[in-house]
Amino acid sequence: MNREFIDYIITNDTVKVVSKGKWTLQYVSKIEKLLEKIPTDKQIIWDMSKIEDFDTAGILLYIKYFDKFKKNVSVTTVGYSEKQQKMYKLLREHTLESIDVKKVNFLEELGKNVIDLLKDIKDFINFLGHIFYAMFNSIFNFSNIRIKEMVYHIHHSGFNALLIIGLTSFLVGMVIAYQGSVQLAKFGADMFIVDTVGISIVRELGPMITAIVIAGRSGSAYTAEIGAMKITEEISAMRTMGFDPYNFLVLPRIFALIIALPLLIFFSDIMGILGGMIAASMQLNISISQFIDRLYEVLELKHYILGLIKGPVFAFIIASIGCFRGFQVSDNTESLGLQTTASVVNAIFLVIAFDALFSIIYTELGL
Amino acid sequence: MIYKKPIIEVDGIVTRFGDRTIHDGVSLSVKQNEIFAILGESGSGKSVLMKEMIMLLEPNVGNVSIFGQELRGISFKNAQKLRKQWGVLFQFGALYSSMTISENIEVQLKEYTSLSQEMRNTIVRSKIALVGLDEHVGSLYPSELSGGMVKRAALARALAMDPKLLFLDEPTSGLDPVGARNFDALIVKLRDMLDITVVMITHDLDSIFNIVDNMAILADKHVVAEGSLKNVLQSQHPFVEEFFKNDFIKEKYLDKVKYV
Repeated sequence: MNREFIDYIITNDTVKVVSKGKWTLQYVSKIEKLLEKIPTDKQIIWDMSKIEDFDTAGILLYIKYFDKFKKNVSVTTVGYSEKQQKMYKLLREHTLESIDVKKVNFLEELGKNVIDLLKDIKDFINFLGHIFYAMFNSIFNFSNIRIKEMVYHIHHSGFNALLIIGLTSFLVGMVIAYQGSVQLAKFGADMFIVDTVGISIVRELGPMITAIVIAGRSGSAYTAEIGAMKITEEISAMRTMGFDPYNFLVLPRIFALIIALPLLIFFSDIMGILGGMIAASMQLNISISQFIDRLYEVLELKHYILGLIKGPVFAFIIASIGCFRGFQVSDNTESLGLQTTASVVNAIFLVIAFDALFSIIYTELGL
Repeated sequence: MIYKKPIIEVDGIVTRFGDRTIHDGVSLSVKQNEIFAILGESGSGKSVLMKEMIMLLEPNVGNVSIFGQELRGISFKNAQKLRKQWGVLFQFGALYSSMTISENIEVQLKEYTSLSQEMRNTIVRSKIALVGLDEHVGSLYPSELSGGMVKRAALARALAMDPKLLFLDEPTSGLDPVGARNFDALIVKLRDMLDITVVMITHDLDSIFNIVDNMAILADKHVVAEGSLKNVLQSQHPFVEEFFKNDFIKEKYLDKVKYV
């Protein structure tokens, strides 16, 4: 065995342990393995006199094993220097009795998570209450509406998103037409590609793509902005000045998205159909004018309106969740990341869930 | 016209966060025109107490009155009125990061008064000068300032509405010793000049020995000592003993602690 750090001599009724060499941080793990091997069935005499060098890690190691041995047998330490004893005393004072780490019980964990979820929902309902109260106030008192902030957010969340939404919708429109054309060509029903693209884009995909892109783009931005303000106490500062954060931070964002999202959906519809049109002309040789003529015939106005109606609802979901998660940020940067993630995940999920709800309602109403 | 009626009265406050009790019956009072310090070790609930005074938190039990107005169940209108009468300096400034320093100082004036742009500019400039900042600082953003400048700018913002009551959360923490003393001098100057009452949380011994009139010491969830330095030093509480009666202080502030 390695005799560099520890040596022990076993006699009839005692084990004499001799510590030697360097008991410093870099060797602690090595020494610990050696200490594990010491038999603890006889009285231990621990000799320190041969230690060349030591530091707090070494002494802490000694304390740990001294306590461990002491549980079984009597331990006597000999040959320690004054310096060692001083450090020992200092460390002893600040070494708490080792506390048993509480094992996480599955049921307990589950219960905690459920309670947390319920609390989250309760907080969100409370938050919605605040929003509606502030909205109500704004409707009867127009001067409360922060026009400047609202326009700023329309610009940043709406106008600046045109490019990415246009591009995404264009590509999705193309893919739909491309995939559809292969199937429809089998039946010789080439012309129906116009119905497929037109109705699916305008009724479902346009609103959905727009909402998902905006949830990822602006929902996360709202959470991060408000969360950062919370960390730097700017929100508290606002409250002490009597500026209601709902009025100053939340409502402008909600109103901005409610205005911008339907407009973006309109743009997304155009770009999606354009993409479908190009794919159809390449794949099925349907000319642009044929496509447009057919579109006039099959795409009723109601489809377009039914798609557009979803806009304000999705906008409200995205903006309110974005802001809510922002306010949930506690005083550390880690929670900022967690809440931003949660904001996007929640918003996208709720957008899809509400889209399904819309589908059910529309079908039930026979639209 | 100094009347000795307290400006702030805190009465039997109990604060709990979950199972943790922060305050268990805290009472104190702040008189007009004094510089009042709240002391205590970390975690003793100084900041929480101040947040309860400025309506960011509500205590579980007990009441806070400011200018004779009870905060519990206060109406929105009265709360807004109170908020316009005080200024708050947050520990890390809490300047609005998307606005320049001038805009930060101006924001309340813009929202709450009908002053002309020109008048507002004049006021902003005077506040910047008052706290000892350079004029060009006004056009900078908070992220472009040093720690000491942020504190001064935040003080300028707290003073924007000419409040009668000023709350300062660790005003001199993070400042260099010279800057800290200047800041102290500034607070005294403002108090004398503008008739302000100042409530501050501080650990700064120099501030405590030199500018504070009265103080309350929070420990063990209670106010363990309240009053002038002389009164507080009579206390036998372990925190007071440890904080004030160590060798360092005895040497440095010999003249002030000699009667202990």
